[in-house]
Parts: sequence; structure tokens; C-alpha cells
Amino acid sequence: MTSAEVHLEQVSKVYDDSPVLQNIDLHLAPGEFTCLLGASGCGKSTLLNLVAGLELPTHGTVLAPGRPALMFQDHALLPWLTAGRNVELALRFAGVDRSAWRTRAAELPRMVHLSEAYDKRIHQLSGGMRQRVALARALAQESKVLLMDEPFAALDAITRDLLHGELTRIWEERKLTVLFVTHNVREAVRLGGRVILLSSRPGRIARSWEVDIPHPRRIEDADVTTLTREITASLHQEIIRHACT
Amino acid sequence: MPAPESTAFAAGLDTLEAQQVPAARRWPRRTAAQAAPPLLAVTLVLALWQAAYLLGFSDTLPAPAEVADDLGAAWRAGTLLPALGHSLARCLFGFMASAVIGILLGLLLARIGPLRTTVGPVLGALQSLPAAALVPVAVIALGESESAVYAVVLLGAVPSIAVGILSAVRQIPPQLLRAARTMGATGRATATHILLPAALPGCVVALKQGWTFGWRAPMTAELITSTQLPGIGRMLDEGRNQHDFSLVLAAVVLILALGTAIDVGVFGPLERRVLSHRGLAPDTMSA
Ligand SMILES: Nc1ncnc2c1ncn2[C@@H]1O[C@H](COP(=O)(O)OP(=O)(O)OP(=O)(O)O)[C@@H](O)[C@H]1O
Ligand SMILES: [Mg+2]
Repeated sequence: MTSAEVHLEQVSKVYDDSPVLQNIDLHLAPGEFTCLLGASGCGKSTLLNLVAGLELPTHGTVLAPGRPALMFQDHALLPWLTAGRNVELALRFAGVDRSAWRTRAAELPRMVHLSEAYDKRIHQLSGGMRQRVALARALAQESKVLLMDEPFAALDAITRDLLHGELTRIWEERKLTVLFVTHNVREAVRLGGRVILLSSRPGRIARSWEVDIPHPRRIEDADVTTLTREITASLHQEIIRHACT
Repeated sequence: MPAPESTAFAAGLDTLEAQQVPAARRWPRRTAAQAAPPLLAVTLVLALWQAAYLLGFSDTLPAPAEVADDLGAAWRAGTLLPALGHSLARCLFGFMASAVIGILLGLLLARIGPLRTTVGPVLGALQSLPAAALVPVAVIALGESESAVYAVVLLGAVPSIAVGILSAVRQIPPQLLRAARTMGATGRATATHILLPAALPGCVVALKQGWTFGWRAPMTAELITSTQLPGIGRMLDEGRNQHDFSLVLAAVVLILALGTAIDVGVFGPLERRVLSHRGLAPDTMSA
């Protein structure tokens, strides 16, 4: 087999007799940034949970190295800990030696420009800062694979734009394999090297696009806009298909 | 316009977006601010009481000063402290035993489904029983003794704590557990680092409820049983038998003062601390 980091082969998932995902074949090469698009409820989160090992497939095989890091839409940080302690806890769970926590946990927030938030509690941080702490926590796992489930959906456009830049920089520096779920076509084109469109009920891979636009990209770039239009049209067709049935 | 990726841009956004946390007030001022409203309330009640006395609303109502005299007399006679001590000791021991049993039972209920469906409703039913209804039961079963008093406390406080702990555990956001799993936390690490702290606010509330019952029940038991158990309940009983309104009110004032002191002095700060760490309550008690 290829040197792909993550393999899904003929993967199906059935919940209570209703097929959510069907015959998904997906291979993520090391260092590849893949965005997953689809209508609400088409099974994007389910797919991520399968790769993360939180769920088991009904059919097919899922291969991922070790324990992929997963970032949730609602950050899922522990509210009783400071930002820094949240990161330290991830290091502890990852089996990092206690003596190395403090230095490592200080270095990660610096990576996401959050050193000054180290001793703040989660509720004292803005939405964007929370997601950056969540990103730092995910990076603490030292996994080569980073799974992200609509991590920026709840943020305002300016903050989201900032985090797109940060994420791209970290992805390049750390040579991560990223699977990024989003509703936002423009975001997918802004970030991804490949954009995959899932159909709904059951979720299958409907189409995929290679994005050859060089980094650094900007959300308002003309190339980004052109491809966004094309993908949005396909997404709309997918949704319209369900109006007829 | 600077590139959105620039550090200065990020720092500016953070400053604008971050919640402005007011500097915590220093403790003497904070304590003063917290103590002022209850003190005001007490003064108001005393003033109304004095007014009612002066206006002669009731032939039997004693003046606040008379009640204070009674308390002073009891103090000088050396009966006040033992009464307080006995009642408080019963409450504390009863509460601590209830807390241990209630927490264990609550955790078992959260853990074991069949137990929840069978024992859960029984606990709910027990919770609705007032202490006064439990006293005769305990007295007949155990005789008129200290153990009857403790039985009443346990029967009331344990269900209340167990049910509270159960709901505290069940309200833990599943997302946190999933996050722990993806981070590779073992079962034990999840229990100590996620489950326990996540359930803590609910547990404090459960213990507070248990204490409310544990505090009132011994007094009821002292009052209702006919053996001579020293305590504030006994004071109430004597006052009733001697038609001494002033003595009865003295006992009531004691119960109120002590109960409020523990609420304000122990559970209040505990609850505030647990909640404010989680952003569920303001960091400082604002006006
Ligand atoms: N544990 C579960 N039990 C039963 N059905 C489930 C479960 N989890 C998800 N589903 C169903 O599977 C389908 C896909 O859910 P999923 O959360 O993966 O969608 P999604 O694409 O992430 O949607 P969204 O864009 O709203 O996040 C939905 O119809 C949902 O109701
Ligand atoms: Mg989803």
C-alpha cells in the first residue's frame, strides 16, 4: 500500500438501521491538508469520529497512526483549568515526562500566540483565543494527524481569517496531515490542498477538487473566489437532489 | 492594512475580544461588602420586632432585649454552650456520615443502571418525607436514643445527597469525556482529571442540600423524643412546656444564627469558589 497516513477503505456506518456513511474510500497522504464539505447531517462528524477512533465502522477498515488529535467545534476545554493547565493535561495524558510539561506547555501557546493567556481561565478568553488554546492542546498530543470538526464555525470573520493564517503556518511548520470539516466552502478553498464534497443520506464522496492555489492564500483572492463558486454550485446541486426525492 | 497573520494584529484582536476582568477586591473590603447585606437584614428584622413589641401587637411577644437576657442567663447558667455543642455535634456527625454514604450511593447509582431504576425512586420518595415524620419511625425502631436521632438525619440527608450527586455526574458534558478519550486518558485519569472536577459544582450543591436537612433534623428529633437529649431542640421543648415565649424565641434565634453562619461562612464561599473558577458566577460579589 501507499505511504498514506490515514486510510479509509469501503467504510460504512449505520445508526439505528439508517446508513449515515456508505463505501467511503479516503486516503490522506502525509502532510496533506484535506477539507471535508457537506450539507448539515451528512455525516462529516461521524467520519471524523471514525478516524479519531471514537466510533467503530459498521463495515470497512479505518487505519490511522496512533491516536489522531481531534479539535471540536465547541473547543471542549476544561473550564476549571487555566489555558496552560489544559495544555499540560494533554501532555500528561500523552505520557510526556512531568519535568518537561512546563516548558512544553509554555512553548505551545507561544506557537499559537497565546503566551499571555497561559494563566487565564477559559471563560476569561475570547472565542478565538479559546480555539487557539484548543489548537495548542491538540498539538500537545504530538500526533502527525490533526482532525478538526468545524473549529472556527462560531467565530467572527476577522478572527477566523486570523486563525486560518495561524493554522496554515503551523501545518507547514509541523508537516501535519489535516482533515478539516467545514460548512464554509470559501474556508475549505482558503485552507485545503484538496476539497472533498460528501453527499447526504447516505454520505458518500460525491466529488473532490485539487486546490493548486499557492500559499499564502487570502480569503479574498480571485482564484479562491472562482473555485469557491464552482464548489458551491456542486454543493447546491447535491442539496437540490434531495428536494426531488 | 497589516496582514491578518501579523502578531500585532492578533494581539490587538485579543485585547479587544478578551473579557475585561475587574481586579479582585482586597479581602477586607470584599468581606465587608459580603457581610453588609445580611447585617442590614438582621438589623431590619430586629427593628420590626422591636416596633411590633412597642405597638403591642401581641400580649405574649417579648422584646428583643428580653430574649437577649434569656440567652445571657442561659450562658451564665452554663446551659447554653452544652446545648449548642450537643446539637452542633449531632448535626456535624450526622452530616458527615450522610455525606460519605450519600456520595458513595450517588456514584453507585450513576454507575449501575439497574440500581438507578430500582433504588432511585425510593430515594426520591424518602426525600419528600419531613424529619417530623421520620422521628416516630426511628424512635419505635431504635428506641429513644442518640441512634434514633442519627437515623433520622441519615434517612433524610443520604437520599438528598445521593440524588444530588447522581444528577451532578449525569450533567457532565459528554464532549469532555470524548476529548479525554482522544487524548488517550485512561479510565483512572479520566475519573480524577475530568469526571471529578466536572461534577464538583453539582456535588457542592448536593452537599449543601444535605446539610440543610442535617441541620434541621436533629433539632426536630430533640424536640419530639421525650428523653432528655440536651440540645437546642430541648430548649425549644422546655420553652413550650413553660409557656416561655422568650425562651422559645431565644432557641429560634440560635438555630437561625448558627444555620446562617454555616451557610454564609462555609457553603457560600465554597460554592462561589467552585463556580467562579468555571466562569459560572461573577468572580467578585458585585453589588
Ligand atoms: N450516536 C448517534 N446515534 C444515532 N444517529 C446518529 C448518531 N450520531 C449521528 N447520528 C446521525 O447521523 C447523521 C450524521 O451526523 P453527523 O453529526 O455526522 O453529521 P454532520 O455532517 O457532522 O452534521 P453537521 O454539519 O450538522 O455537524 C445525522 O443524521 C445524525 O442524526
Ligand atoms: Mg458535525
